[in-house]
Amino acid sequence: MKSFTYERARTPADAAAAAARTPGAKFIAGGTNLLDLMKLQIETPAHLIDVNGLALDRIEPTAEGGLRIGALVRNTDLAADARVRRDYAVLSRALLAGASGQLRNKATTAGNLLQRTRCPYFYDTNQPCNKRQPGTGCSAIGGFSRQHAIVGASEACIATYPSDMAVAMRALDATVETVRPDGPARSIPIAEFHRLPGDRPHVETILEPGELITAVTLPRPVGGKHLYRKVRDRASYAFALVSVAAIVQPDGTGRVALGGVAHKPWRIEAVEADLPRGARAVTARLLADAKPTQENAFKLTLVERSLAAVLAEARS
Amino acid sequence: MQKPLNPDIRRRGLLIGAASVATAATSVAKAQAPAANAPGTAAAAPSTATVSFTVNGQVRALELDTRTTLLDALRESLHLAGTKKGCDHGQCGACTAIVNGRRINSCLTLAVMHEGDSITTIEGLGTPDRLHPMQAAFVKHDGYQCGFCTSGQICSAVAVLGEIEAGIPSHASADLMAPAQATGAELRERMSGNICRCGAYSNIVDAIAEVAGRKA
Repeated sequence: MKSFTYERARTPADAAAAAARTPGAKFIAGGTNLLDLMKLQIETPAHLIDVNGLALDRIEPTAEGGLRIGALVRNTDLAADARVRRDYAVLSRALLAGASGQLRNKATTAGNLLQRTRCPYFYDTNQPCNKRQPGTGCSAIGGFSRQHAIVGASEACIATYPSDMAVAMRALDATVETVRPDGPARSIPIAEFHRLPGDRPHVETILEPGELITAVTLPRPVGGKHLYRKVRDRASYAFALVSVAAIVQPDGTGRVALGGVAHKPWRIEAVEADLPRGARAVTARLLADAKPTQENAFKLTLVERSLAAVLAEARS
Repeated sequence: MQKPLNPDIRRRGLLIGAASVATAATSVAKAQAPAANAPGTAAAAPSTATVSFTVNGQVRALELDTRTTLLDALRESLHLAGTKKGCDHGQCGACTAIVNGRRINSCLTLAVMHEGDSITTIEGLGTPDRLHPMQAAFVKHDGYQCGFCTSGQICSAVAVLGEIEAGIPSHASADLMAPAQATGAELRERMSGNICRCGAYSNIVDAIAEVAGRKA
């Protein structure tokens, strides 16, 4: 690990200002992803700003009838919150499908949103990777690509985004609240928060330098059955090959977002009108622009079957 | 070819010898550290910070290289070697310790981030004369073979039963709103962050189930 200086931030505005004025600074909260990457020298911050002391660890009702989830709420606490389990069960389910008990006890809401890819070539510092070292090339293209993106990828990067939580938040139309170093707060719809790789795969979100996530808000509950189906190589403690977050209403209408297939949670609202027609129709439109490799073409079938299983469970 | 070890040198002696080498290296690093650390100017020089926390009921104050993980602070600075370093990347669970009542991977957290925290390691759960019930159950059910993952398994298992009692659901919970139960399926899911390379899983689940007061 490279050497770094360390400070504890007192307020969100202080933290953002410190990040903007200090070269090579990064925020640290749970640290479960950042420290892993620092040990491998994939992340090499010169300065860490510990944000754990900021009072952002509460889940509160909003005036609109939704919930405001503080950036520092741990994944365990968010999944176990009685209001989330009752009104946003897809979020509880997605969180509980991710990581291990130990990691969920540390991992935060904001940190989970900022998880970096688990592409093995991103982790292998001996290999070219445009995300780790811009301009060096993509080893996954033409390499072992079973886990990789089938849709929304580019010539520069076919990595997937690993979060389960964010897939459920995408289905729930969550909003990411931030504070910027020069003061003003902003609200970012989660659909716009993560970027597709394009020719700059190292830029994963639209956050500006020093911008700090303070909360994620959920709109008022929409009812329906909340389901999260994750397909992976082990029954527990593994990243998704494919995951489906779905909210299905009694009349068969609803919402669907996918994990494990793209550089961000994958949802196309316009295709959801086809949900009452079944999984095949929806999948065909969701993945109409898919460009799978020979090794991950199975994900096309897996998405359709997973969605079919979810819709069957919703009807039962 | 490596010379055979002198049979008089026992493994414990070797481990203590290795620990003192590590301590010496830390002192050298400290001596080279700059007096004041300007933010963001770390470059190659190690940066240090002070931290104070409670470990197994005792207050411990340390001055550490900021890079020191909680795991390394426990093992190298406090010589509590019961907590094990397996993968050092949060994948195996051998380093599991209980911080403020919650199990975490001590390898994926910095020691300096734990100011004022209360930390329990395997050494704080029980003693050879007065085993914690979970330790006794692991012995009774043979919940290990080589023993390297065992302290992490036991710390994790103690916390798992606390999580079930607190009503925290898991991926194995069919009904998110129903009270959590210590079934075999629940215990296996909740313990999935602790890997046992010897494959003692079924005995581990038996041990935890017994402490939970029911059969797996």
